[in-house]
Amino acid sequence: MAAVQTSGERIRNRLAIAAVLVVTLIFLSPIYWITSTAFKPRNLTTTVPPTVVFEPEISPFVKLFTKRSQLREQPSAEDYAAAPWWERLVFDGGEKVVRSGKGEVQVSGYPSRFINSLIIAITSTVLAVGMGTFTAYGFSRFRIKGEQDLLFFILSTRMLPPVVVAIPMFLMYRVVGLNDTHVGLIILYTAFNLSFSVWLMKGFIDEIPKEYEEAALVDGYTRMQAFFKVVLPEAATGIAATAVFCFITAWNEYAFALIMTNRRAQTAPPFIPSQIGSGLPDWTVIAAGTVLFLLPVAIFTFLLRNHLLRGMSFGAIRK
Amino acid sequence: MKRQASRGMSDLAIRNLFIIPTIIFLIVFNIFPLIYSLGYSFTDFRASSNDPAKFVGLQNYKELLADPFIWNNFAITAKYVIVSVTGQVVVGFGVAMLLNRYIPFKGLITTLLLLPMMLSMAVVGLFWKLLYDPSFGIINYALGLGRFEWLSNPDMALYAVAITDIWMWSPFVMLLSLAGLSAVPKHLYEAAAIDRASSLYTFFRITLPLVAPILMIAIIFRTMEAFKTFDLAYIMTSQPTTELISIRLYKMAFQEWQTGRSCAFAYIVLVMVIAITNIYVKYLNRVKER
Repeated sequence: MAAVQTSGERIRNRLAIAAVLVVTLIFLSPIYWITSTAFKPRNLTTTVPPTVVFEPEISPFVKLFTKRSQLREQPSAEDYAAAPWWERLVFDGGEKVVRSGKGEVQVSGYPSRFINSLIIAITSTVLAVGMGTFTAYGFSRFRIKGEQDLLFFILSTRMLPPVVVAIPMFLMYRVVGLNDTHVGLIILYTAFNLSFSVWLMKGFIDEIPKEYEEAALVDGYTRMQAFFKVVLPEAATGIAATAVFCFITAWNEYAFALIMTNRRAQTAPPFIPSQIGSGLPDWTVIAAGTVLFLLPVAIFTFLLRNHLLRGMSFGAIRK
Repeated sequence: MKRQASRGMSDLAIRNLFIIPTIIFLIVFNIFPLIYSLGYSFTDFRASSNDPAKFVGLQNYKELLADPFIWNNFAITAKYVIVSVTGQVVVGFGVAMLLNRYIPFKGLITTLLLLPMMLSMAVVGLFWKLLYDPSFGIINYALGLGRFEWLSNPDMALYAVAITDIWMWSPFVMLLSLAGLSAVPKHLYEAAAIDRASSLYTFFRITLPLVAPILMIAIIFRTMEAFKTFDLAYIMTSQPTTELISIRLYKMAFQEWQTGRSCAFAYIVLVMVIAITNIYVKYLNRVKER
């Protein structure tokens, strides 16, 4: 940009900045709306016109984690006083927490789905990035016959629509008993992310000068030692970025999880929409589940911001 | 490079150790299932019944390719791809043009704009249902549309899903466009300014040609992804007018349990995707080499 600006340019710049602000607000408003719904009293979610200003409460999160039933009558003053603070919030919403015969609070389906999501996403990420890093090093440093074809083959496995892959996998898993298991989904997500991790890691390793390892080899390191002590530390940032991308992909995945799991190993993405059920959905609970589920991804996006371009283009475009 | 054969593993052994497990893993879990289902695609197998699969030859393929309903699913998908990718390119490239200058807090704004594309499609589809609600949805209220039906209106539902997709994925086009725009050499603009070239001329003769290759990658990638769309449309509506290929395939395989036929259908889709992927990878390599 020229150092001296004409007044026309200055006005144009101001207009552009204003336009950027408007666009940003529009883009963020859906996320703001779902977040604010997670803190609304239930009766304010379906008002016409929509309620924008309200007193936030955290009862949706209490409801998210518990099983509840409608209150037939108002709880007595003693019941109310004896209840813990979070149960009072549920009372205020006209519901009560379901308890077992022994008085234990019945937990909703959400926490177990969230934990399933964590187990499956983390394990498959570790496997995909681990295997991917070794393979990427192999592709980066050694001559391989038909390298381009092999890399294309690796990538093409990720390009298929999930449902296309899911049909044969479902049939095979049925034979070996892997449907609705953690291992089954972990294998699928590892295979799905492996291709991505190889492509991305190859880009990162290509950038590490070969001379580093050669110097280590001259110093008496074996190739293996050079890989672990020289290449891996240099590739640490790349490995971290790749891992976050793989985690987000596995965390967000819906189609495989919908088809391959139904209860035991079900992850959050197929579970959250199933809460809508029949009748009038309680949007505050759905919003609370959504916000909790999106939060890790939002945090990771900030940590990853400098690598987004690279990850999204399979390592082809670097800044 | 000198071989270090005397110490440790040979390079060849390390190469094989590093690469072969991955290749085997991908063959077992990606290629083998496809071969397995190729066999089923020539049968009338139904996973829901105990009847053994009966070989029917090419019948599944013939019937699918002659089925006008399947062609309608392809037409719906094509319409969806065109609407949503065009929207993403216009919005994404437009915002990138706006951002390609000095703007306070540019890094923060860019990151915030990128947030939608990182979110789960299934969950995004779910909460856009709340936004689209005809009576208490915020969209109708903000736009003053009264009780306009989005998702339960057969003519509107596909566009409503496409709008959500545009919201999610314009940031992707923006991200790639920004990379392309920032790589345009400044002296070209200075030369154009000296020649008193109009801004329209500068845009079409300098900016667009230089950003085109990277924009093309964004377009092909988004086309491929839009073609595969399942989550968003499946969660948001169940209108016959939004039955994309993936949804038809899902219903055929897991609701109607026409397993053999769905395997054949999956193969037809597979061939199409491989064709698009080929073009995509060619472009990726071309941009990489520059």
